[in-house]
Amino acid sequence: MKKPLALAISAAALAFTSAALADDPKEGGVVNTIIQPEPPGLVLGMVQNAPTRTVAGNIYEGLLRYTTDLEPMPQLAESWDVSDDGRTYTFHLREGVTWHDGEPFTADDVVFSADVFHRELNPSARAVLQHVESIEATDDHTVVFTLKQPFGPFLLSFEAGTFTMVPEHLYAGTDFRNNEHNDHPIGTGPFKFDNWERGTVIELVKNEEYYEDGLPYLDGVNWHVIPDGASRAVAFENGTIDVLPSGTVENFDIPRLAEMDNVCMTEEGHEYFSPFAMLWMNNREGPTADKRFRQAVMYAMDREFAKNVLWNGLGNVPLSAFGSNARFQNDDLEPYDYNPDRARELLDEMGYDGEEITILPLPYGETWTRWAEAVQQNLREVGINVETQATDVGGWNQRLGDWDYDLAFTYLYQYGDPALGISRTYLSDNIAKGSPWNNVEGYENERVDELFNEAATAFPDAEREKLYGEVQEILHEDVPVGWLMELGFPTLYRCDVQNLVTSGVGVNDGFKDAWLDR
Amino acid sequence: MVYARLIAMRLFKAVIVLFLIVIFNFLLIQMAPGDPAAILAGQAGAADQEFLNQLRERFGLDQPMYVQLWRYVSGIAMLDFGYSYRLGVPVFDLIMDRLPATLLLTGTAFVLSLVLGIVAGSMAAARVKKPSGSIIMALALVFYATPLFWVALMSVVVFSVYLGWLPAYGLYTVGADHTGFALMLDVAQHLVLPATTLALFFMAIYTRMTRTSMLDAAQQDYVKTARAKGLKPSIIQRRHVLRNALLPIITLAGLQAGQMVGGAILTETVFAWPGIGRLMFEALEQRDYNLLLGIFFFSAALVIVFNIITDLVYSLADPRIKKGAA
Repeated sequence: MKKPLALAISAAALAFTSAALADDPKEGGVVNTIIQPEPPGLVLGMVQNAPTRTVAGNIYEGLLRYTTDLEPMPQLAESWDVSDDGRTYTFHLREGVTWHDGEPFTADDVVFSADVFHRELNPSARAVLQHVESIEATDDHTVVFTLKQPFGPFLLSFEAGTFTMVPEHLYAGTDFRNNEHNDHPIGTGPFKFDNWERGTVIELVKNEEYYEDGLPYLDGVNWHVIPDGASRAVAFENGTIDVLPSGTVENFDIPRLAEMDNVCMTEEGHEYFSPFAMLWMNNREGPTADKRFRQAVMYAMDREFAKNVLWNGLGNVPLSAFGSNARFQNDDLEPYDYNPDRARELLDEMGYDGEEITILPLPYGETWTRWAEAVQQNLREVGINVETQATDVGGWNQRLGDWDYDLAFTYLYQYGDPALGISRTYLSDNIAKGSPWNNVEGYENERVDELFNEAATAFPDAEREKLYGEVQEILHEDVPVGWLMELGFPTLYRCDVQNLVTSGVGVNDGFKDAWLDR
Repeated sequence: MVYARLIAMRLFKAVIVLFLIVIFNFLLIQMAPGDPAAILAGQAGAADQEFLNQLRERFGLDQPMYVQLWRYVSGIAMLDFGYSYRLGVPVFDLIMDRLPATLLLTGTAFVLSLVLGIVAGSMAAARVKKPSGSIIMALALVFYATPLFWVALMSVVVFSVYLGWLPAYGLYTVGADHTGFALMLDVAQHLVLPATTLALFFMAIYTRMTRTSMLDAAQQDYVKTARAKGLKPSIIQRRHVLRNALLPIITLAGLQAGQMVGGAILTETVFAWPGIGRLMFEALEQRDYNLLLGIFFFSAALVIVFNIITDLVYSLADPRIKKGAA
């Protein structure tokens, strides 16, 4: 900041000339970025919320990483074999990996993490582990997972956020939640935890002992905590922040910031999560219990408008229940295009009497509020009598968990495979009061249950594709929920931050390969 | 002696009031929709019933309400404020961690608004029929009427983004690793915008109030007497008019001081100031009951303390009040 002017100019000149040679990474420098909201803790595996994943994904690692096409890449596992019957997965671990405290990483850590730690604490890992019969370390660097039956998406579940490797020597036999090491997370990742000034900044520093030669390039990453959206935009504008991870500024600020000099934007890096915005529709009671009403809602909504105006044209209007990043999408279905006349017909046909229904916006910022207003207007245009009921996050949770709503906005991650991120919304044994993330809409269809359950464990993929194709047809007809958008969550960054997004989880492990061209 | 008795009486009452506040707050919070377990689980993006049950059990939320209340109140009696659900850190530590930043901000704003407000108000009173007096009053009205968040954002746009003079957010420059005097200077720079923003509203009130009550006091007989004695006008203004005009200002200053802990939510949020106000807002959003109750307790205690101080200051400014209070 207090560099002499001459130095600044020569640096600028240097940046200009080196642009041509940009494939030669430079070492050093600290990247300033934002974490919003401040995470409750950094021990991934114990907390899996989005901000924890984002920061801790640089500290902890999983066995695998994923490309933006969701193909597995080596991480802590160097290679892996799958048996012909799809039931045995053998992972060959990288040698010479150490934890941040210097202890070696071994196969025992993998067994402990998966079989003990995650079974106790981690709901997303638990969902996968129910298919696992045994986990064994056959030697120091080999781990064998034996499944009860084939489970198609198994290889997709080893990302750091889901199957984090935690150090056995620090956690075994302790009360995990009150472990003294929780204040100072120890992983194997490219960055080490350095300091957390609550309310201000989380500082990570380079792991000098990292096992991949030359990585990471950066000396550190500072995650600033700035609670106000407008202030975050300002911090990026005035240059104190180099990277704005998705969701850290309001959508209407994005075009303005993206047009600034030396600012780049990418939509890549969310393929793994692929957040899917939906409209919960109460299938139990009221007009929304009628299939024709739900279809009418689909026809009444101008989703292209929402995409172009509210989401800056980013993202993707989904065809039906399976997003484009999830596997096995059935694209023979006829899209629910904006068609108010068809919506009115359907409402007439069912004899909708104008009963008032309510809509619950998602209390996650201005864009969501406006989106709810747009949908409300669309629905009113076709004659649906709809009122908005705004709440805060706590109220929203409770109303959904108690099924006390007609229409409600939400978004869920897809995790690359229908069995991981999609089926949970439609399976009837996933109906349970008190949680706003299961089958909240109360959809029950035996055939759908059968198809989803068979498809999860069918083998090989061609079998799965057939089953998922059929389930999509049924869901498309029944419209248990409204499919709003596959959200485009762009990352904004200074163009001199090179190599930022290199995998399907984006910024969550992005600083491993990043370097500064300054 | 009189002071000691006064303070002892007030402290005794304060303990009872605080106790009632604790119970009242606890019950009030229970009425808010949504529970912390659901919110914590919600951020995970995936949560099964087992996870929710684990959380509720851990927080004691599966217990009947009277058990929870008893646990909480008996904890408070031992000065144990419990753990924050969300952060898993003792509430007392969290509050102590954030308190200095808030006191620095609100304290600075308090002094700034009081001093500038009284000075501006006295000037306006002395220039009551002149244009300069009108300008001061017009400005005071503008600051009084302008929403705080707008002032905050505009000051950032002008002084930080456009002019680049002052930092836009935070308590200090992250990564600069300043120490000693350099750190003080750095913090002082970061303090300018939020403290001014926070001070403007009260400054406007003090200005208007000082002027009114000074003009009022200037009409009193003792001022006429002083004038008749041939005292210099500046001495009359300071010793006779201002001193007597201060009472309503002390009342208001007491109120402002009482708001010191919780009154800066907006400013702290916009300027990313790591203080109590933000902590409270986050605790509310997350239904982090223990933390929220802890902060309520501290702000209530602070209000009571400042009330006592205000009363003492009253008696200094106007000796008649002391007799009445005893």
